[in-house]
Amino acid sequence: MKLLLIRIGEVALKGNNRRTFENALSRNMHRALHNLSVDIKKIYGRFFVYLYDEEHFYTAIERLQKIFGIVSISPVENVPLDPAKIQEKAVEVLLQSISTPFSFKVEARRANKNFPLTSPEINQEIGGYILNQIPASKVDVHNPDLILYIEIREEEAYIFHHFYPGAKGLPVGVSGKALMLLSGGIDSPVAGWMGMKRGLEVEALHFHSFPFTSERSREKVIDIAQSLTDYHPKITLHIAGFTEIQKAIHTTCPQSMGVTIMRRMMFRIADKLAKKRECRALISGESLGQVASQTLESISVISAVTELPIFRPLIGLDKQEIINNAIQIGTYNISIRPYEDCCTVFLPRHPAIRPDLEHTEKIENNLDISTLIENCLNSIETITLQTSY
Amino acid sequence: MQEVYLDNSATTPMYKEVIEFMSSIQSHVYGNPSSLHRKGLEAEKEVKHARNNIAYALGAVPEEIIFTSGGTESNNIAIKGAAYRYNRKGKHIITTPIEHPSALTSIRQLQSEGYEVSFLNINEDGTLDLTHLENLIRPHTILISINHVNNETGTIQNLSHIGKTIREKNSQAIFHVDGVQALGKLKIDLLESNIDLLSLSAHKLHGPKGVGALWVKKGIDLHPLFQGGDQEKKLRPGTENVAGIAGFGKAVSLYFINMREHTEHISQLKNILYANLKDFLEIKINGPSIEESAPHILNVLFPGIKGEILLHHLEEKGVFVSTGSACHSRRPNPSHVLAALGLEKEETEASLRFSLSSFNTSGEIEYASQAIITCVQDLQELMGRGGKP
Repeated sequence: MKLLLIRIGEVALKGNNRRTFENALSRNMHRALHNLSVDIKKIYGRFFVYLYDEEHFYTAIERLQKIFGIVSISPVENVPLDPAKIQEKAVEVLLQSISTPFSFKVEARRANKNFPLTSPEINQEIGGYILNQIPASKVDVHNPDLILYIEIREEEAYIFHHFYPGAKGLPVGVSGKALMLLSGGIDSPVAGWMGMKRGLEVEALHFHSFPFTSERSREKVIDIAQSLTDYHPKITLHIAGFTEIQKAIHTTCPQSMGVTIMRRMMFRIADKLAKKRECRALISGESLGQVASQTLESISVISAVTELPIFRPLIGLDKQEIINNAIQIGTYNISIRPYEDCCTVFLPRHPAIRPDLEHTEKIENNLDISTLIENCLNSIETITLQTSY
Repeated sequence: MQEVYLDNSATTPMYKEVIEFMSSIQSHVYGNPSSLHRKGLEAEKEVKHARNNIAYALGAVPEEIIFTSGGTESNNIAIKGAAYRYNRKGKHIITTPIEHPSALTSIRQLQSEGYEVSFLNINEDGTLDLTHLENLIRPHTILISINHVNNETGTIQNLSHIGKTIREKNSQAIFHVDGVQALGKLKIDLLESNIDLLSLSAHKLHGPKGVGALWVKKGIDLHPLFQGGDQEKKLRPGTENVAGIAGFGKAVSLYFINMREHTEHISQLKNILYANLKDFLEIKINGPSIEESAPHILNVLFPGIKGEILLHHLEEKGVFVSTGSACHSRRPNPSHVLAALGLEKEETEASLRFSLSSFNTSGEIEYASQAIITCVQDLQELMGRGGKP
């Protein structure tokens, strides 16, 4: 049996919020570990995972590291509240994990004030015992190779020294539901992931322009959504046929306005779908100033078609930061497959950089917007993707 | 919906007879040809039978046929096997810049290992410059590797001239021919063309994928790339792909009985396709003229059209063709062959390859022609309107 201590974040959460948070996290952990032999218990605002099959240790850690709301994970040893037993276990833990000479310090925390020794006393006692028992060890309080943590709690004591970083954020589901616009590019999956990180449950909408793009670009988006299920166990992906709209824009609107109007059509459709699916916000991978169409003027003209809040979490990131995130999430290698999600035919050489709302609306009068949107909504194909385990 | 498969240079659909034959072999003849018992002998006989059929079709001796996993492996064994075996005589290799990637990358590997590689000049139609060849051959030239029919443009190299030139200048140099696209489409005279090694593949001739052959002229010795048992004269050790080899043999027999009719039929279809397109569209032919190219390959440049988009529009109408290029802005010229023929990146991206097989019918070609004309005209109209400022 292995025992994992799960630390949860957002200490500022209080009262009911905290309970909602913990319940969601517990649900998400159960789902992620459902096919491993485990028990999950909540003790004093933290979680303990009892892992009955040690072979699943790394699998469990890996899955837990992708659950939002977890700050860190430590494998711990639990010991009865008996100083003699604690010091024996401390030596055992060190001998198990280190074979070369090392420096250490003990850092005790006494939450249970009934325990006979104070924290500094525990540090001294146990540190001394370890020095005695392990000749290759030495104490270094400033720059130790290893810090041995000893926590004295109500019912037992915990010994640990390693922290696996968690995904942090808030558990998926605590912040309500949003609809993300998912292209096959590098940015939008990262934006969606950042939304999930803030506790949003997310559905995805993709616009497909076959035969101006390949069937493979559709597969690519499905693969991207699939890889996000590590963080968000079940993703509903809506694939909308966008060709008719692209053609209509291309044949009736000035080329320079094509991108702005295309984005407005996308958000109109997203708005309708979001309301149908009870999503209360949209998530977009737009950034500021990255391409000519992503100017403040452009963003405001695009946003004018919906009253829903549009989250653009990438606004604060540089391209390289976005790429680093995509690599870490695991979507980057899918995104760089050479299938365009939006055909270059429809991308003007000189897009309008500072569109103005009135002018844009005037141009759009040439489009039969309601029919186009209705047809597009009717074309939607919905797929549900789930974690592979 | 009607389906017209015009991507036969990529791969061909299999003969029904071959599928049935292979299935029966997989069910009944499951023995290992190396086993001493009857089950082994049955399997050995199937392999032998296939070897005889293929040798007969080539006008060769059965003992000269080595079965491989396909054209790529045959090219690897031929090129590296010859270089490693004969490098004491010299380290000079001659090839063209428009070889198949399996040949080109094998040769580049040798180049990085210290071999000297000369690339022949190519005429506008893709044929190699014979005078240049004459000038390049030296006493220490050990290998000349030439693709008989280029898979993208259908350019045919004059093997008998090339073979004669090689023999006149250096009687020892090995002449390797990549015959993958040519098999069954053109007559290959091994003796008259002074060929030493010939790579072949089953799936370009309605046979199964994953099996091919290398014809190794008696007296030519190759250095094996794999170590193992005694199969295929130790040049390609490993238990034989019995069903695949048998299917290859069957496909070759079925095809070669009527090879002349097939060739005439395919050339006729190609002429119809070309005539139809030329009547309605402004097109250019990449590579040699219709009369001079291989009977099954037509590479067409549609000025101003993105080939990849046309490909997907044709796909929508059930017509399957090929482009050497994905519409990908970041890459340089996506086809090394068309680039070597002097095409600009935009021209390559505007090109499609139609490749025929004996399975195609004139009805299919009429349907495909109509589909191509309609799609190109639609796209031209769309692009034209997109010219709006």
